Amino acid sequence: MTLLEAENSVIEEFSMYDEWLDKYEYLIELGKSLKDYPESAKTDDKLIKGCQSRVWLDYRIEDGKIYFNADSDAIITKGIISLLIGIYSGRTSQEIMSSDFSVVEKIGLKENLSPTRANGLVSMIEKIREIADRNA
Amino acid sequence: MLNLRVICTLFNKLQNYMNVELIRSMFPALSRKVYGKDLVYFDNAATSQRVSTVIEEWNRLSTESNANIHRAVHRLADEATQAYEDARNAVKDFLNAEDRKEIIFTAGTTSAINLVAFSFGEAFVKEGDEVIVTEAEHHSNIVPWQLMCERKGAVLRVLPVDDYGHLKIEELDEILNERTRIVAVTHISNVLGIINPVKEIIEKCHSRNVPVLVDGAQGAVHCKVDVQDLDCDFYAFSGHKLYAATGTGVLYGKKKWLEMMPPYMGGGEMVGNVSFKKTTYAPLPMKFEAGTQNLASIPTLKQALDFVKLLRDKELEEYNNQIRDYLIEKLTSDQRIKVYGVPRGTNDEKIPLVSFAVNGVHHEDLALILDKMGIAVRSGQMCAEPLMDRFGVTGMLRVSIAPYNTMEEAEYFVKCLDRAIGMLM
Repeated sequence: MTLLEAENSVIEEFSMYDEWLDKYEYLIELGKSLKDYPESAKTDDKLIKGCQSRVWLDYRIEDGKIYFNADSDAIITKGIISLLIGIYSGRTSQEIMSSDFSVVEKIGLKENLSPTRANGLVSMIEKIREIADRNA
Repeated sequence: MLNLRVICTLFNKLQNYMNVELIRSMFPALSRKVYGKDLVYFDNAATSQRVSTVIEEWNRLSTESNANIHRAVHRLADEATQAYEDARNAVKDFLNAEDRKEIIFTAGTTSAINLVAFSFGEAFVKEGDEVIVTEAEHHSNIVPWQLMCERKGAVLRVLPVDDYGHLKIEELDEILNERTRIVAVTHISNVLGIINPVKEIIEKCHSRNVPVLVDGAQGAVHCKVDVQDLDCDFYAFSGHKLYAATGTGVLYGKKKWLEMMPPYMGGGEMVGNVSFKKTTYAPLPMKFEAGTQNLASIPTLKQALDFVKLLRDKELEEYNNQIRDYLIEKLTSDQRIKVYGVPRGTNDEKIPLVSFAVNGVHHEDLALILDKMGIAVRSGQMCAEPLMDRFGVTGMLRVSIAPYNTMEEAEYFVKCLDRAIGMLM
């Protein structure tokens, strides 16, 4: 699946839910499915600023592809980051840099979060971009 | 929108009957919907909604009497000045201050405390002196003092709270000493909602000749404040938490202190004579009101305070207390929930404000889900990070009730909270 296809599949999946509570249920399930993140990697350099909740984002590079792992103390935030990881993990830095990250706007997440939380979301995306850029 | 006189008449006629509905009808914001659901506004301790008389006055001043105050001699300026000074009289009466010169308008409680921390600090604090705050303070009653201490080489001392969220005032005697220059204490913590024994604290401090500033951001909303009876040296509060417009802060200060303190900011009408050699300052209160004031908003304090007087109705207070008791009972009896700020005796020690955390569930997740159910609550550190650290949490959820909230809303909240916890566990 190309990155664009992955983005479109998330948009399609999200559009199935009309109610916000259903969208949250979906994000909560996604958050729970995110694989274990080691406690030892919860360091300040991996902490993303700008969230009311805390988010740690780590990565490794294998065969020229970037694999992300993340955790959060809030489950909905964890669901959102899980959704981003599903799209952007296992891609080359060029692929990631080619994305306009409009997926979060297309699924209506950004506009329905308070500015405080939207900032956190923007910070998460910036961090993913920064990692891709650093490893280009 | 109904005007205040009509409401007063209705009140007298309909006493003990549908009072809450009447009050609700005076708040246009309460009839709106969020995400298609009726708004349940439970974030009143941060900002209360504006009463229609306030909105009308703000509109009237903005459309008819928008002119700079205390300066020009034209009609518009006269009207604007009159409205502004009427608000000062209303605040003087509300606090039972001795003199209207003791009422300084600021942008809010934060500005008022910053003013005192700066000007009092300049006049009376030297290197090695001490300032006391409590562990229950809002950042606005911590950081201005820290800034002043840094500037002056003074030391900040902290009076702790116990596990129930009550101030350990017995420890005050140990902390107070001959180097203490001022004590800054909150009347009611914005997190714990416990009414602190400020009168007792003031007596203790005064017996050692130490003045006291009371942060009344919550206190002015929920207690009948009499600054002469309290004998506090400074009392600060914000209009936006008691139904007025934003940018409507009040600093009450005893004349003897305000007269000895240097101005906080310079410029505008705070001067006597200005020359490059020597500038003199205007008498109180204008000495502390530099620059163009918030002239459409400050006057709304009068309408807001008139409205607060209407709320001092026995039936209404009882109804409000029932909602408070219901929330305290429901939240403290739920094993999944930990409430912070628990009354030791009766619930009357506490205002209708409950902060809590849910085991294993993040406060932000709960607040997000409740929001989509139409309920506005506060989540996070609530500008009281030291207090969060004290209780070992990263944040809490807070419901704060105003007299326009209903028992039905409280019941709906309890049901929605249960559902939200279920979704997250």
